[in-house]
Amino acid sequence: MEAAQNLMELSRQVVGFIYPNEIDIQWSILIVVYPYITGLVAGAFILASLVKVFNVKELQPTYRLAMLTALAFMLIAPLPLQLHLGRPERSYEMFMTPNLTSAMAMFGFVYLWYLMLVLLLEIYFEYRRDMIVWSSESTGPKRWLLKLLSLFSTDISEKAVAFDKKTVKVITIIGIPSAFLLHGYVGFIFGSIKANPWWSSVMMPVVFLFSAIVSGIAMVMLLYMIIKPLLGGKIDMKCLDKVASFLFYAVIVDFSIEVLDFIHRLYESEESIKILSQLVETKLFISLVVLQILMGMLLPLLVMAIIKIFKLQEEVRKLLYFVCGLLIQLGIFSTRWNVVIGGQLFSKSFRGLTTYKMEMMGIEGFLVALVLLIVPFVILAILIKLLPPWKKEELASN
Amino acid sequence: MERRDFLKHLCWVISSGGIMSGLTADAWAAILNKDYDTTKHYYGMGIDIDKCIGCGRCMQACKTENAVPAAPFYFRTWVERYVIKTDRTVSVNTLNMESVAKPDVLPEKEVLRSFFVPKLCNQCDHPPCVQVCPVGATFKTDDGVILVDSKRCIGCRYCIQACPYGARYLHPETRVADKCTFCYHRLVKGLLPVCVEVCPQQARVFGDMKSIASPLGRFTRMNKIHVLKPSLNTDPKVYYANLDGEVN
Repeated sequence: MEAAQNLMELSRQVVGFIYPNEIDIQWSILIVVYPYITGLVAGAFILASLVKVFNVKELQPTYRLAMLTALAFMLIAPLPLQLHLGRPERSYEMFMTPNLTSAMAMFGFVYLWYLMLVLLLEIYFEYRRDMIVWSSESTGPKRWLLKLLSLFSTDISEKAVAFDKKTVKVITIIGIPSAFLLHGYVGFIFGSIKANPWWSSVMMPVVFLFSAIVSGIAMVMLLYMIIKPLLGGKIDMKCLDKVASFLFYAVIVDFSIEVLDFIHRLYESEESIKILSQLVETKLFISLVVLQILMGMLLPLLVMAIIKIFKLQEEVRKLLYFVCGLLIQLGIFSTRWNVVIGGQLFSKSFRGLTTYKMEMMGIEGFLVALVLLIVPFVILAILIKLLPPWKKEELASN
Repeated sequence: MERRDFLKHLCWVISSGGIMSGLTADAWAAILNKDYDTTKHYYGMGIDIDKCIGCGRCMQACKTENAVPAAPFYFRTWVERYVIKTDRTVSVNTLNMESVAKPDVLPEKEVLRSFFVPKLCNQCDHPPCVQVCPVGATFKTDDGVILVDSKRCIGCRYCIQACPYGARYLHPETRVADKCTFCYHRLVKGLLPVCVEVCPQQARVFGDMKSIASPLGRFTRMNKIHVLKPSLNTDPKVYYANLDGEVN
């Protein structure tokens, strides 16, 4: 009854005409959180792969942190989807009777592939030697936990460690297309819906991918700047400048692709252009024009360009990088919002706009979304405690 | 386990998934009526815009027949009222939703033309909803009707997003996708869909596309036919006569 009342209220805010069934916004804030999280996973992994595959030595201090960040977010990624289902108790059907023509049916398989075969395996081989050493140095439950995590292996001979290194490299090489698959696939879920002109675009997976890389790099940069000093280390400026440099280029590519998509739509000016323009000018003005484009992209680009041109002092650079990182997170979250929510705010009759009223407390509400965004950081804290990304000597030597 | 055996098992697991999705249609029909042969029919509907008077009986009857929630938001079928004004602007509203959106009432001079458009699931021959359903809960029967297995649907709502016609909704009580079934439970007993049955104008015509002599066969012979959003290549099986270009 209450739901009907809410819809009644919503329907008074409809502008123009919408099909009657469209009053319900089907994909809520949780589905905004989902691509944001998988984007962070893919982006963090791409940053890590720069170290292992492309041998960018300066980035080495961020490698392990990037891998742990990817894992922490990956563990939470299925939760928003699960919670949003009308019948969550039936989600296993995706594995039992997957419909092979459905992009969504592939989720479980893509997810498991990425989690098990890429992230867990790579982290295992990266940390195997250290876990063996650390378990011999610790006592009590931690000793046993580390032993368990290292799968009770004991071989730390040079040959074994060399094998680990080689394996990590191979997994990373497999991991790069997998990360592209993981997030490009999320873009495809939206991009392949021909009924929805806001989504239906061959560019969608590409836009998702580059925005993912942007958000992942920015997130690892932020975490590096917070966590390393917290653990008693010093921020390696060479590393930070390099991360920021990659971030700068990634934002440029991301921005160019989005502008291309925008110009293309505007120039082709198809049937839907009127309603989409109305959408951007009214319902999405703040989240798209102000938050996503101006504050989340152009401003950080400008700031990073200034840092590059004028050789600013270390402390100022740190501060500006940090602000850029935060702005970019805000921008990419808005990007996800504008795709997911924006795509449902206009009627498929192209004659009207509806409104999304976010719940506060409900299962698909703001609080749950907030918790889902905080939990990965808690998981990351535990992971860092158990598997420190920097060795003691490394922290002390700086 | 030998590698050969493992591969055999893997093939079995994968193919059983496909078979199980394939079975649903027949299973559905079998439950309803054992004598009914799904392969002997292929259903469609014709709608004559010029005949519809916007009485809304089809909407009412459908809600009652199919236990569609009474609130004025969920519809398996609905009727849109189009008013094209002399300044060429278009005003549209849904019948029976006056409580939430007041229709434009204009002096005759300002109206260029106006008409009613009954809408429902188009039972597409290339249904995007079936394509995207991750678990195969939405499927096409042999007789051409798109159904939802409410016991398998997980409520992900991808099908609702994929439907270009707004014909689907999430049932607020069962929390699964719901839509027009052409009153499939009536079809298998040889009855007409209830919206067709109650229409006082015979604006809705139902029939078997396999038979040229069926009412639908005659309807498609005697009228110029158009379907909704043909550019999306969904091949709707709801055929409109006298449809205005403004309708989408």
